[in-house]
Amino acid sequence: MMGAEFVALSLPPILIGICVAVACALPGNFLLLRRQALIGDAISHVVLPGIVVAFLVTGAVATGPMLIGAAGAAIAAVVVIDVIRRLGRIESGAAMGVVFTAMFAAGVLLLERSDTSNVHLDVEHALFGNLESLIWLDATGWASLLDPAALAGLPVELPRMALALLVVALFLFVFWRPLAMSTFDEGFARGMGLRTGPLGLALVVVSAIAAVAAFDAVGSIIVIAMFICPAAAARMMTNRLGRQVAWSAGFAALSAIVGYVLAGYGPLWVGASASVSAAGMIATVSGLILALAAIAGPHRKAVQ
Amino acid sequence: MTLALVQDDAKLTEAARMASPLAVRGLTVSYGQTPAIFSVDVTVRAGAMTAIVGPNGAGKSTLLKAALGVITPLAGTVAMLGQPLDRMRDRIAYVPQRASVDWDFPTRVIDVVLMGMYRQLGLLGRVRATHRAQAMACLDRVGMTDFATRQIGQLSGGQQQRVFLARALAQEADLYVLDEPFAGVDAATEKAIIAVLKSLRDAGRTVVAVHHDLATVPDYFDDVVLLNTQVVAAGPVAHVFTEDNLQATYGGRLTTARADPESVAG
Repeated sequence: MMGAEFVALSLPPILIGICVAVACALPGNFLLLRRQALIGDAISHVVLPGIVVAFLVTGAVATGPMLIGAAGAAIAAVVVIDVIRRLGRIESGAAMGVVFTAMFAAGVLLLERSDTSNVHLDVEHALFGNLESLIWLDATGWASLLDPAALAGLPVELPRMALALLVVALFLFVFWRPLAMSTFDEGFARGMGLRTGPLGLALVVVSAIAAVAAFDAVGSIIVIAMFICPAAAARMMTNRLGRQVAWSAGFAALSAIVGYVLAGYGPLWVGASASVSAAGMIATVSGLILALAAIAGPHRKAVQ
Repeated sequence: MTLALVQDDAKLTEAARMASPLAVRGLTVSYGQTPAIFSVDVTVRAGAMTAIVGPNGAGKSTLLKAALGVITPLAGTVAMLGQPLDRMRDRIAYVPQRASVDWDFPTRVIDVVLMGMYRQLGLLGRVRATHRAQAMACLDRVGMTDFATRQIGQLSGGQQQRVFLARALAQEADLYVLDEPFAGVDAATEKAIIAVLKSLRDAGRTVVAVHHDLATVPDYFDDVVLLNTQVVAAGPVAHVFTEDNLQATYGGRLTTARADPESVAG
């Protein structure tokens, strides 16, 4: 398992899984503390109509237009959610719930009415992605990691996801203080002259970048789980924001590795023949970690 | 003759506004259809302690928030020493209502105080020993040094309010604006807070606070603004804080207002 086969078949999906998990978990910390955790859920649902519209416009399953369509839909949803929240004066969770279900449903209808039978575009793909198929055929062993010719054959999702992770990490690093201040005490932050509105929007846009980049590779299940589970589990491990974010990144990476290995080999270990969905297993593992933290984490909130 | 007098008066108010650390003109804020505050003019006297007093829903917090740009007013201007507020941000410290934040947030007391030093630290500036020492000195002024490494949710209401005050002290501002600093705090904390505020005033700083307890207004404050959506009266406590003006501010509700210092609406 540690040889050429591992490098070609398992290493790329595991690395992509780690990038997806960490890229979503990092902003998830702030979304959770701002009581906006559902926005990850919302974004990963609304990208479906965006992708379908992009397909209908271009007539091809090309990554570029699809990402643009998905990003467009995500931004439209964020704006609509905000408008509903302000004009309707309802809680943001309710606004998100309405918008993302409606847009996802519209996406399903569009998908059904359009002729996508001959291309790889369906609701199942949107939910679970296809992590297992992201293999690296040019790899012949660990040495391929240093071989430029072989590296050129890496699944394109890996560098794309690594870039998304870098964007997310850089954003959080640079705007750490304003984000922490405005998340804890928005009134104080505004009194200091911080533009908390654009900052909050930037956080959502960065989350959308992570979600849209991840969606194509792994579907929405992992995205939804990773925006919430690692951060929620990490909150129960520490009472300090920096450590919480570090814990959440660790939990996310752990979920990706353990989930992928369990999905691929777990069924064999218990005597079953076929493997199960890696995306589903990664999300499940992150849920189990959350459950463990809720039972045994040192900084659980006291039950009142 | 009358005309000259009026002009003189106008010049005087203009001069007072230019010298005021918080001069508000025509400030109007509306949530939905009815205005929360309507055409409010307030000129805060420099180096004085000013109380903003009025019944529940009078717009006291709204006035502070709109004056500091925390919420966007429909109309009106705000100036500090004749300058637009955005240029004077580093000279203003704002202490919001304690109930307005999530005290379960994962942060320690000392980290909250360090937030007050954001303008010194900037986006990426490192927190050095001098910054920590400065933050500890601020905690010392409110008697909270022993709690520096506690998670903020583990504090009592009074202790939380002291931490908020310490964060404002760390800003080393000229104008301190506090929203209900005595709401839900113990007597010892109220004493400690008023002592710190008076020491600020004695050092030439200006303090503006929303206040609920009419009984302590003459003790604690120099000036008072009586607010009920509009300004009913404003000026030195000795002149303005009269039974007639209070009756005009509170209407028939004066007795209830006195019996209910706990409420945080406004």
